[in-house]
Amino acid sequence: MRACARVATESAPGPGGRPRTRISGLRSQAPLMLFTTRAKEGEPSVAHRGVPARVSVAAGAAGPIGGDELRLEVEVGPGSVLVLSEVSPSLLLPGREGRVSTTRVRISVATGGTLVWLPEPLVAARGCDHLNEVRVDLADDAALLMREEVVLGRHGETGGRVRLSTRVRRSGRALLCQDLELGTGAGRTPVVAHGHRAVGSVLVADPLWCAQEARSRPRTRLLSGDAVVTPLPQGAALISALCQDNASLRDTLRSGLAALGPPWTPRPVPPPP
Amino acid sequence: MTARAALLLFADGRLPAGGYAHSGGLEESVRTGRVRDAQSLESFLEGRARTVGLVLAAFAARSCRAARDPDPLPELEVLDAELDARTPSPAQRETSRQLGRQLHRLLTGMAHHPLLERLPRAPHQPLVLGAACGLYGLRPLDAALAALHESVTGPAVAAVRLMSIDPFRTHAALARIAPSLDRLAERALEHCDGSPHDMPAAAAPLLDVVAEVHATRSERLFAS
Repeated sequence: MRACARVATESAPGPGGRPRTRISGLRSQAPLMLFTTRAKEGEPSVAHRGVPARVSVAAGAAGPIGGDELRLEVEVGPGSVLVLSEVSPSLLLPGREGRVSTTRVRISVATGGTLVWLPEPLVAARGCDHLNEVRVDLADDAALLMREEVVLGRHGETGGRVRLSTRVRRSGRALLCQDLELGTGAGRTPVVAHGHRAVGSVLVADPLWCAQEARSRPRTRLLSGDAVVTPLPQGAALISALCQDNASLRDTLRSGLAALGPPWTPRPVPPPP
Repeated sequence: MTARAALLLFADGRLPAGGYAHSGGLEESVRTGRVRDAQSLESFLEGRARTVGLVLAAFAARSCRAARDPDPLPELEVLDAELDARTPSPAQRETSRQLGRQLHRLLTGMAHHPLLERLPRAPHQPLVLGAACGLYGLRPLDAALAALHESVTGPAVAAVRLMSIDPFRTHAALARIAPSLDRLAERALEHCDGSPHDMPAAAAPLLDVVAEVHATRSERLFAS
């Protein structure tokens, strides 16, 4: 199965002259279904960057299954704020003849723009072979929060192979480049994941950290277990965690965000209207 | 000095460039119990070669090729930023720059060369290693192999001091993974051209975590 979905946002005048984010493009293609939504989980307080639009991705079918090629394009226009979430975890399944499934995500965040991307975990079923490729281009003063979570195997199952390839640039300059292989090869060694079944990270790029003095920027913080918050050059921080299950992974990543402080500390989920 | 003699010199663990003070994350991995015997050590070394080793090899090879350009500095600057982006652990970035500074000082003491004098103050170690290989007439493949060799021999030698293991067994492990070093060096070579942004970025998240934990230890045998 091949599919390409796209979401684009722009800044438009809202009530009282305050700019709000308008969705200027929304294209779904089965199984990648996009729709506007309300806040799903505790988000950072991005209100100072603008009134956000919220879009959620729903998988209209099981998978990705080996052989599937999915593509998601995200364009955050100047000054707009997009919170992109996902309805449920993706279950990565093997296809015929051991074919690879791929998900390619292309993201651009224009000047003054903000993207908070909170996808649900990739759950690697036995025998799967999946490549998740993410390419992000940030404008000079764009802000980004991006989460990645992988769970190796369902309950009691040995997970298949997952590769996460991430390239993030700010103004064309490399900010974070990581190719993480899990489930096979180096993934099982004591340097990558060893016996951990849930591996994840959150990247936060805040243009304010570029400008601030060294002491106001994020500092290295050891979290519980095998998890750490580390400052990256160019005003960014990476929360990296290896845990035994997805619940503790999510908790650990949230504690990392809490360690970064406002505005990145997740706020409680607003009650339903 | 002939090129072959230079390669032996650069790949020698006795090179006074500070490498012997580092265990490449092994000390903390032994402390956590993830490495505790010959088998887990071999797995550690293999994982290190396939992640950190591949990345360092690709950057050393490309720096070696760049060193022969009329003006290699702009490319070396890009490579330096790209390697920063592949090193999320600040402790590891610091180690790499410290080792780069020490190797750079050693090389400038060995012979006068205009490129070495124009390098930034504390470049990442594989960039200096690669540039030195280029200046001494070595090929990018040599630079890649030297970087890979160093990425595993340092921790293997440190293992003898960190755990009760027979040095013959650590070197038997090195001999078993040697063929994979050759393959990884060939892979590293594929990235001497093209966009530096697409260069290998094989991640080792547990090494990143142990590097940060190790940096907080007051009692330690090795600097990293």
